[in-house]
Formats: sequence, structure tokens, C-alpha cells
Amino acid sequence: MPSVLPLGDPAPSDGLLPPQALDGAADRAFGLYVHIPFCAVRCGYCDFNTYTATELGGGASQDAYASTAISEVEFAAGVLEQSGLPARKLRTVFFGGGTPTLLPAEDLARILRAATDQWGIEPGAEVTTEANPDSVTPESLQLLADAGFTRVSFGMQSAVPHVLKVLDRTHTPSRVPLVVQWARDAGLDVSLDLIYGTPGESLEDWRFSLETALSYSPDHISAYALIVEDGTKLAAQIRRGEVPGIDDDDHAAKYELADQMISDAGLHWYEVSNWSATADQACRHNLAYWRGDDWWGIGPGAHSHVGGVRWWNVKHPTAYAGRLASGVSPAAGRETLDAETRGVERIMLEARLASGLAVSSLSASGKHAVAGLIADGLVAPADAFRGRLVLTLKGRLLADAVVRRILPD
Amino acid sequence: MSPMARTAPVPAATDPAIIRNFCIIAHIDHGKSTLADRMLQYTGVVQSRDMKAQYLDRMDIERERGITIKSQAVRMPWELDGVSYALNMIDTPGHVDFTYEVSRSLAACEGAVLLVDAAQGIEAQTLANLYLAMENDLTIIPVLNKIDLPAAQPEKYAAELASLIGGDPEDVLLVSGKTGVGVEALLDKIVRDLPAPVGDPDAPARAMIFDSVYDTYRGVVTYVRVVDGMLHPRERIQMMSTKASHELLEIGVSSPEPTPSKGLGVGEVGYLITGVKDVRQSKVGDTVTNLAKPAAESLSGYADPKPMVFSGLYPLDGTDYPVLRDALDKLKLNDAALIYEPETSAALGFGFRVGFLGLLHLEIVRERLEREFNLDLISTAPNVVYEVTLEDKNVVTVTNPSEFPSGKINEVREPMVAATILAPNEFVGAIMELCQGRRGVMRGMDYLSEDRVELRYWMPLAEIVFDFFDLLKSKTRGYASLDWKADGEQVADLVKVDILLQGEQVDAFSAITHKDKAYAYGVMMTGKLRELIPRQQFEVPIQAAIGSRIIARESIRAIRKDVLAKCYGGDITRKRKLLEKQKEGKKRMKMVGRVEVPQEAFIAALTTDESKDKAKK
Ligand SMILES: Nc1nc2c(ncn2[C@@H]2O[C@H](COP(=O)(O)OP(=O)(O)OP(=O)(O)O)[C@@H](O)[C@H]2O)c(=O)[nH]1
Ligand SMILES: C[S@@+](CC[C@H](N)C(=O)[O-])C[C@H]1O[C@@H](n2cnc3c(N)ncnc32)[C@H](O)[C@@H]1O
Ligand code: SF4
Ligand SMILES: [Mg+2]
Repeated sequence: MPSVLPLGDPAPSDGLLPPQALDGAADRAFGLYVHIPFCAVRCGYCDFNTYTATELGGGASQDAYASTAISEVEFAAGVLEQSGLPARKLRTVFFGGGTPTLLPAEDLARILRAATDQWGIEPGAEVTTEANPDSVTPESLQLLADAGFTRVSFGMQSAVPHVLKVLDRTHTPSRVPLVVQWARDAGLDVSLDLIYGTPGESLEDWRFSLETALSYSPDHISAYALIVEDGTKLAAQIRRGEVPGIDDDDHAAKYELADQMISDAGLHWYEVSNWSATADQACRHNLAYWRGDDWWGIGPGAHSHVGGVRWWNVKHPTAYAGRLASGVSPAAGRETLDAETRGVERIMLEARLASGLAVSSLSASGKHAVAGLIADGLVAPADAFRGRLVLTLKGRLLADAVVRRILPD
Repeated sequence: MSPMARTAPVPAATDPAIIRNFCIIAHIDHGKSTLADRMLQYTGVVQSRDMKAQYLDRMDIERERGITIKSQAVRMPWELDGVSYALNMIDTPGHVDFTYEVSRSLAACEGAVLLVDAAQGIEAQTLANLYLAMENDLTIIPVLNKIDLPAAQPEKYAAELASLIGGDPEDVLLVSGKTGVGVEALLDKIVRDLPAPVGDPDAPARAMIFDSVYDTYRGVVTYVRVVDGMLHPRERIQMMSTKASHELLEIGVSSPEPTPSKGLGVGEVGYLITGVKDVRQSKVGDTVTNLAKPAAESLSGYADPKPMVFSGLYPLDGTDYPVLRDALDKLKLNDAALIYEPETSAALGFGFRVGFLGLLHLEIVRERLEREFNLDLISTAPNVVYEVTLEDKNVVTVTNPSEFPSGKINEVREPMVAATILAPNEFVGAIMELCQGRRGVMRGMDYLSEDRVELRYWMPLAEIVFDFFDLLKSKTRGYASLDWKADGEQVADLVKVDILLQGEQVDAFSAITHKDKAYAYGVMMTGKLRELIPRQQFEVPIQAAIGSRIIARESIRAIRKDVLAKCYGGDITRKRKLLEKQKEGKKRMKMVGRVEVPQEAFIAALTTDESKDKAKK
């Protein structure tokens, strides 16, 4: 979770949802996100809501965290039921962070069990955890698999030592093939996270990282352009001139290289920054975000969405644990989207997907803009003729600009 | 030394013999307003405890910039040899842009105090204003000011002054407006040396309007100098040029606060209020007479000031257009020199083409519009007026470069000025070089004293009105002074340079320049725009062209990446807010063809060193 929370309306202390959240709920998938706000060290570029202290007070220590999270799971189940939402089984579960695997695997398994006890889980559900390469063992991975996890996403980031160093990553490159193998041995699908455009990374460095990652035959790759977030150590280093700044043209060239190499290796893009070996191996939990499905986010700073109602929890683990201990909703704020805003979000999110969005759902001015987008090479003509707006490679690189052009004026 | 008058002569019952009307004229900053302060104080019309520096500079903008923009007339009593006199003093502006204010004030006076900074000596506007005063047959009292300054050279400059106007250096009064030294002696001298006004008290009333000001509470306040006859409250008066008649609701004198009186007689200076709401109904230069007993002949008026520089003014927010229109209408009430008409720009939307007396005038109008009416404005690069004769002999007056006719042109004429530059002789070489580079033709050169030279040039207005003065100052270490006045026109090799973005002409950036300077303008503007316009989704060529001939070219590379590619763990709200912000930003863009140009880029591109704030010239 990014560390700065949005401004929204106050959230009610009982967490109850407005009637709007019920509309069409039975047709929407339901998922769970579990935020684990701990890391061994904070990477210089990262502004996610994560803490390196093991002893945060008031039920927020790493030891107590699983129990605290489970209390929100129970609270969530109560709220959904009392708000009148239909009972839905979990289709996806995603443990993210932070570094979920910094907690003992048993803790993650306990939380998952508590969730499935509450809601049940669909057959073939996807259960992912993020993991840092140096925070897993063959045993911990096996334990996760046995507990019902199906996927692990490793933060590999780069295969080049000087790049990893700028990123403050603690693992050595040689650890990655080991953990990938252990995960496979445990029966887990493997995804690798990569970052490109790190200061000092050459195109050749990036090519090497891609080659290396692909040589482990992952089922899924996420490749993110490094974002220099305000307030991070990296931002300060760039400001002080200690490391060079980042360059959009460099990012573009590296994205093009990534798309080329990853496609050549047989994976397919399904979202601007994500590629999978088979359509089934696309991260269904992330797709649920882009498609506007329902999910509950457990943990400090976690975001949730149910039927056009979005809310987010208080950021600090101690405040979060305190709320739950006193039986109050941990939500810090929420917003209830009107139809227009939901339309805007849908366009903003679906445009990023390979499945694209229906041209028929655009406003008159949005439809009008499509021809120009085709002419500019940003939208695939063949799909457009079939009524879907799907970005070309160039269009993916300019996705935000495309979205601005198709939104109603 | 004279005491403060014990009894002040009463307006409407004052014998012209005890009236003295004078103005203070000088080069900018030589201390007119400060001297006026001391006079207000010593004559007792402003109590010492109420005194503040440059008391008569009342507009915020005058106070901030420390300059006088509008003349102010004040009636003050002064006693000499047991007789109480009524002095009407007019403090005038020194900046060349406001010379017309000075001419108007001069017409209300019999004498002028010619003030010269004793540390600076005679400067260009000293000469210009002195010339105007002599033209009006005024009696001149030469005064050296700021003699308290350690750098003052009273003997040297007294000699210079005396040789300029004739007379004895001994007759030059030495004063300090700051300390007050010599000011009482000056007041005495004004009474002694200046002629009393003459006029026929029994003739039909004739009063010259020398200023007309709009006041929110009182409507139009008209300042007059009575020449013949008498004006009374509640009688009906007539404006001789329009024959419009109004009832005199109030008549009085400024002392310096408005003080109603029983009327104004021969030689008196005061104000009239008729309830009129528009200064154009009470025009400067017009003659006021009595409706019941009108004068046969009006006094000779003065020509309206002619705008020298034009610029387009556009509201940043297009919906502010009506606000801008009302604001200009209001300012116009107080500023007869301001002229404007609506225009549209493809790039900037709806706005006005506004004529100004010079760049300072432009700056001041713009600042007042922004400040007093809460507007955000873009002003286009200022330009002078061109007369274009087409092949069919039709003449087109061009006040906006984008209206410069294309093709079939016989000749283009540009306005010229007679410029006078005063400087120490060591700078003559540098000044000549500068003037020649600006297409100036030397008309003469004189030594005012051993080391001070007056150079006279005939130059295109366009070459002098923008950055010339700054260059002159920097090339002469600040020692040169400049004055200019309009002086005919000349045929010149002038071309219009257009700026094209992706082949689309951007009207706001077109400029008329001399052929030899077109290339430099093209290179400057295209380079600037390349820096200012953000990259677009396609390559954007920027060209400068004369007609269809491209003279300079730059290009903005296409942007290749515009996507946030990080997983935000479901924080969709943040992403949407970012998008909304970008969308908002897009609204503030002006579209030139398909190119989105941020308003900031327009402003920055149009802000040249020439049009930047210049407090003083
Ligand atoms: N030392 C000294 N400074 C003076 C004297 N008179 C004026 N000054 C200073 O000179 C500057 C200009 O004075 P002003 O009275 O505003 O000059 P001005 O001629 O009215 O200026 P404009 O109206 O802009 O033409 C101010 O900083 C005054 O304080 C003086 O007798 N002695
Ligand atoms: C929040 S991290 C959690 C996983 C784990 N802690 C790790 O770092 O590998 C998820 C992914 O977000 C990406 N990420 C984090 N900060 C980023 C940034 N500033 N710019 C681009 N990607 C970033 C990294 O690739 C990281 O693997
Ligand atoms: S390990 Fe992951 S979550 Fe933790 S600081 Fe680094 S990037 Fe952020
Ligand atoms: Mg002044």
C-alpha cells in the first residue's frame, strides 16, 4: 500500500455499507487482500505502508499481527453479512506487503484458514503471497502450499548486483533460482517482480535481468518502471545529485525490450505491467482490481472495494490494532462512487487490460476519439473494428494519455 | 522668512492678484513629490502628524513604485509681507509615458518650478518638460533639489541651469525637499516672481478642464482652472465641445482634501461634481461655461494623447472576459489615454487589443487590472502601429501583427521618434553604437557643459520603446537619461514573422520586425517554445516563417511514456485522483491545432525582458 492515504468521507465506526454496495453483488467475484506491514529493511525506493520494527506496540507486533488480522477477518464477515451482502466464497486471496514471508508461514496459514472458515473458498481459487527471495525456505514454501497457497510472487527486481544495490535489495542474485525451484517443488506457481529504469541501469543490464528471469521459466512476470515516490530515500538521493534521475525515454526503451523478450519467451501481456505463460496464470486477484470486482483488504492502510464503495484502513499498525481491539471499524475514510465516477474508473482500469474495454461503453466524445487513437497507433485497429478498445505497444506506454483522451470531457 | 498664513483667502472671493498657479516639473525622481510634501506641511494644509512621504501619490501603485502617475492640484495659503496669498500647486509625473499629464497641468499655470537633482544635474526629461513649459509661456523658477546629499554639486549644476534658461547662477534656489531647507524661500519666490492670473471676471465663465477622475462615491470629479467669469454651485454648466449641460452639484478646492466652496473665480483652480458617471462626458481639454450665459469661444484645448504601443490582453480564464471588459471600462474612466477594442486570438481566445502610452503605462494598467479586479491576464508581446499601403493604394493600419496583410504590399511605414539622450561625454561612443544598431539617424550633438553631452537621434519607435532604455542604462553605467517624442514616420523594410506549431500559425506569437532582425526573432522564439512546450504524443515541429519561407526550425520530440506502471495494491482512489488532476491540467491547456500548450508556456514565451516589470525608467 502506498503510504499516503487518499482524502475521503468519514467511514462509519460500525463499518456498515450503504445499500448501493449490494447492487449486482451476486454477480461479482469476492476476494481478500491481506496486508503484512513488515520488512527486514526498507528499500530506498519504496513508499509502501511497511515497518521494520518487530516490536510495534498495542497488538501490532509481528508476533501478535496474525491474531489482529484475524480479528479484522471476523469483523469483515460480520459487516458484510449485516450489510445484507450475499454469502460469497473467496475466489482469490492475495497476501502482500511489506514482506508477508517475514512472518512465520504458520501465521500466514492461520490467517488464510480464518478467512476460509468465514467465507469458504471456491474450488480452483488463487491464493498468492508476495515474498522476498531471502525470506523463504523450502520448508516454509511447502507449509504454505499445504495450507492452500497456489502462487508465490518473488521480488527479484534485477539480476544485476549494482542495480540491486541502488535499490537497497538485500538478496544476492544467485538466491533467486534456488527459491524458484523450491517453490516449484512445493507445487506453487511462480511469478517474478522486476523493476526497470533504476538509476545507473543500462539497457544491457536490463536485458541481462530479463534473460535471467526468463531462464527460470516463470509462470508470470510483473515488470514495473521504477517510480521515484516523494519522501523516499531515493527521491532525496536524486535531489541531492547522489544518483542520476530517471528518464521516461529510457523507461520506454526498456518497456519495449521487456515486451519483446517476454513475448519471445512465450508469455503474453494481459495488463500493462504483467505477462503470464497461460491465460489461467494471469494473476486473477490483480485482474479483479482492474475489473472492479469486490474485495476486502485486511491490515493497516489496506484498501477495500465493494460495489462502488471504496474504503481504506488507518495507516499505522498500532492505531489499526487499537481500533479492532475496541470493536471499531479500522477504516480511516471511504468514498461512495456515483455512476459517473464509476464509469471513469472503469475506463481508467479496463483500458490497461489486454481484454480491453467495450467501445460501446464510451461517451460520445470518447467514441469520437477512437479514430484518432487508431491513427496515432495507440489503439489496435482490428480489435477496434470488433468493438473493443485494446492498446498497442505504443498505446500501453501512453496508456494514461489514451485514457485522458477517451474520458468524457 | 514668511510665517504660515494666518487667514487663508476664501475661494470664490479671492482677488486674482493674490493667486499664484504653478506646477513642479522635473526629470523622474528628482524629488517633485517630496518637495510638494514640504509645501503642504509648511503652508499648514497638512498637519505634521498626518504627513507621510509623497503625500499626493495616493494610488497604491504610485506608493509601491515610488512614482507619480497622476498630477495632483492643491490649494495652499501663504503669507508674504502681511498679505495672504492662495497658491495652487500641481505635482506632476516625471516618467516619459506620462508627459501628456504634464502638458495638461502646464495649461492651468502661470509658472513652473523646474526642479533639478543637485547630485544628478540636468536630464532628458528636465529638458523635455522645460521645453513644454516655455511653449506655454510659463515663468520658470529654477531650483536645485536634494542639496543635503553629500554628492550634491550645487555650483556646477546652478551654472548649467542658468546657462540653459538664461539668468544668473545666483538666482537658482537651493532646496532640500527632504530636510525642508530653502522651501519657505521658494514659496516666497513663487509669490514674488510668478505673475498673477489675468482674466475677465465679468465675462461669461470659461474654465479649462485639465483632469477628470472617476470616484466610486462621488462620480466624476472634474478639475478645472477658471480663466474668465465665475462658476457657482447649483447652477447649470455646459461643456462647450458637446453642448451637454449638467447641474453643478458641488464645487470646491483640494486642500488637499476636497473642500466645497461658494464658487470659483478668475484664476482659481478647483473641482466640479455634476453627478456624471462617465469621464468621457467631462473631457479633459474641454471648456466649461455657464448654460445661462455661455461664452462665445472655447479655450484652446489639448490633443488627446496618442497610444504608442499596443498589446493584446487576454484573461487566463476565458470566462473572465466580461470581467476584463468591465474592468477596462472602469479604468478608462480615469485614464483617457487608455484605448481598447475587442479582438480574438485563435490561441488565446477572447481579449482586447489595448493601446498604451508606453511600456510603463502598459505595466501599470495590467497591474491594476490584475490587482483591483482580481484578474489573471496574458499580455501579448507589445508592438507599435504600422501603416501598410497595399498595391491597390489602400492603407491598412496594423495594431496587431497577426493582422499584417499578406502579399501585395507596396510599402510599410513605421512610427518614428525624436530621441534626446543626455550623458557624460565618455559614453558618446557607446551610445552612438547602440543607436546605430537600432537604426537611429543622428540629428545633432551638443555639449551642455564640458562633460555633458546631448545627443539627438531620429529613431524608429519600435527600436526605442522596448528594451532600449535598459541597454542604454547598462552601457552608460546608469548615467544616461532619455526622452523621446513622436516625430513622423518612415518607410522601412519590415516583415511579419509567424510562428507555426505543427504547421499551425500561433497568432499570439507573430511579430513585425525589421528584415535584418527577423531571423534572430525566429531563432529566439522557436528555441524558447521548444523549452516551454511539453512533449506531446507526436513530434511537434516549431517553425518561424516569413510568409511561406521558413527561417528557423526546432522540434519537440514525441513523448514515449505516459503511464503509471506500478501495482498500487488496490488503491484505485489515488490513481483516479491523479487522473482527475491531469484532466484538470488538460483543461488549462490551450489547443493549437492538436498541440496542447500550457498557459504557463504562453505567458513565459510572451514575457520578454522587455515586458517584464520595470518599476522605473
Ligand atoms: N536626500 C534627498 N532625497 C530626496 C530629496 N527629495 C526627494 N528625495 C528622494 O528622491 C526619491 C524620489 O523622490 P520623489 O519625490 O518621489 O520624486 P518625484 O520627482 O516625485 O518622482 P516621479 O513622480 O516618479 O517623477 C525619493 O526616494 C525621495 O526620498 C532631497 O531633498 N534629499
Ligand atoms: C510492495 S512490493 C512487495 C513485495 C516484496 N516486499 C518485494 O519488495 O519484493 C511489490 C512490488 O512493487 C514494486 N515496487 C515497489 N516500489 C516500487 C516503486 N517505487 N517503483 C516501481 N515498483 C515498485 C516492486 O517490484 C515490488 O516487488
Ligand atoms: S521489501 Fe518490498 S515492501 Fe519491503 S521495502 Fe522493499 S520493496 Fe518495499
Ligand atoms: Mg512624484
